[in-house]
Amino acid sequence: MKNNKLNYINRFCKDMKKYWKAYLLVLPVIIYFILFHFKPLYGIIIAFKDYRPTRGIWESPWTDNFGLKYFLEFFKSYYFLRLLRNTLRISLSCLVFGWPAPIILALLLNELKSEKFKKITQTVSYLPHFISTVIICGMVNLFVSKNGFITQFLNLFGYPEQSLLSDPNMFVPIYVISNIWAACGWGTIIYLAALSGIDGELYDAAKIDGANRWKQTLHVTLPGISGTIIIMFLLRMGSIMSIGHEKIMLLYNPGIYETADVISTYVYRSGIENFQYSYSTAVGIFNNVINFIIVTIFNKISKKVTEVGLW
Amino acid sequence: MKKRITGGMIFDAFNIFIMLMVIVASAYPFLYVVVASFSDPTELARHQGILLMPLQPFTLEAYKMTFQLPQLLTGYINTIFYVVVGVAVNLIMTTLGAYFLSMDGPMHKNIVAFMVIFTMYFSGGMIPSYLNIKDLGLMDSRWALILPGAISVTNMVILRTAFQNVPSSLREAAEIDGATIIQVLFKVMLPLVKSTLAVLVLYYGVAHWNAWFEASIYLIDKDKYPVQLIVQQLLSSLNVTEDIGDLVQYVELIRYAIIVVTTAPILVLYPFLQKHFAKGVMIGALKG
Repeated sequence: MKNNKLNYINRFCKDMKKYWKAYLLVLPVIIYFILFHFKPLYGIIIAFKDYRPTRGIWESPWTDNFGLKYFLEFFKSYYFLRLLRNTLRISLSCLVFGWPAPIILALLLNELKSEKFKKITQTVSYLPHFISTVIICGMVNLFVSKNGFITQFLNLFGYPEQSLLSDPNMFVPIYVISNIWAACGWGTIIYLAALSGIDGELYDAAKIDGANRWKQTLHVTLPGISGTIIIMFLLRMGSIMSIGHEKIMLLYNPGIYETADVISTYVYRSGIENFQYSYSTAVGIFNNVINFIIVTIFNKISKKVTEVGLW
Repeated sequence: MKKRITGGMIFDAFNIFIMLMVIVASAYPFLYVVVASFSDPTELARHQGILLMPLQPFTLEAYKMTFQLPQLLTGYINTIFYVVVGVAVNLIMTTLGAYFLSMDGPMHKNIVAFMVIFTMYFSGGMIPSYLNIKDLGLMDSRWALILPGAISVTNMVILRTAFQNVPSSLREAAEIDGATIIQVLFKVMLPLVKSTLAVLVLYYGVAHWNAWFEASIYLIDKDKYPVQLIVQQLLSSLNVTEDIGDLVQYVELIRYAIIVVTTAPILVLYPFLQKHFAKGVMIGALKG
């Protein structure tokens, strides 16, 4: 035992002597991680305390129910089910419509005979990816406003003359469609790369067997990119409970919180706008724990199915 | 001789039609914004259907008003600062971390690696991070937009992989010649991973260009706002009396003009950026 310890100190000194410059180089990185990642991690204990900024984290008193007061408050509140429902509804809609869209587009692009036309389509469809979220949401807001061209188009089918974003039923479609519009073209890149990796001889063999283009797609192309398709699906499933707050904040308004408010936007409002620091941290922790469980599960599945983990 | 129409030909025609629709759907919203910003406001409100040319009488009023908004220029200058300084900090920190993690020797490498990976899966979340910034005294400081995101772990992993792909014989040869660790980094490693560094500049640069939320919670002084936050505020609550006087009917038009003015630089750079980005996605996907 004692020998081991001495041995370690010995090795430690040697290591330091040889690599002190390397450790010096990495020191700012370590300080960065401590200050901006581990310190906030320590900060999550305010979820179990009645945090008062004047008293600091350590001095603030623990809450009742073994520090779980704010968690129970959240579970019992009217918001809990609504937030859970909205979060799941929005992300599942994004999954169901947003995940196949780039796959279909990539397959269609792959079938184009003219390389030049393919290039043009790609270049144009990548364009929305380079526009900032603020601008995209600004455009959406203008297009679906009372006089916006999308609203005017719907007016032709009898939709009342009002902003679409004042209608709670319209929020999810607007969110999902604008997401697909912004991300679909760019999302094809990874599938196109997988498609270009398929061995051309497989197609020749299929042709000799008399397979037409539809059969070739079914039996050569799709199996060739199935790994990528599954990984992208699992990645999306893993983040099903973590919808970002930014885009929703840019699109929603108090009139449609009923369908548009999700956990992250609620954390923002209760924490930063209403100063309920402990409560909103508890809500955030709940979300993080669920996220971690989901990611772990889907990582396990991914390892089983494709032999490649996400981690 | 007449050719028979086959199923394949019908499919090809259909496919080309779908692709044309994709092109229209991707580009038309931008075209609409540009055209609308030059159109007569009353005509625009009345107009229904597709818009391809500015509605007469053609007007530049919205642009005159837009260029008179002083915040927009300040915002632009601020954003340039955040992009340039932010990316510089990002590159220095990411390089230091990635270089250390690519070394074979140091005994405590795993501790650092564990620290990094741990933070990928466990984070304090929005409120503890916000309170941390307050606690560090970074409220209303430009550094609050630069330091907290100094390293993206994904990008660091990409760069570490690039370092590891440099043949170790090159490193060893330099060490035998008496080069220190720092000299190896600057003289041997960095010149060999230039293309990966270029991709990281683009990734980090775009992230800084798009950022608005952090600025909205950390900054108080409007003179420090980046352009995206200015635009967000202008679009959501264009203050009629204060900002544009009595030109009420031009509010919508000014919104369109603001979008055009802030998006134009990206559209000009787009053809150049697009190529590099597409390459970058592949580097990230293959190596990461």
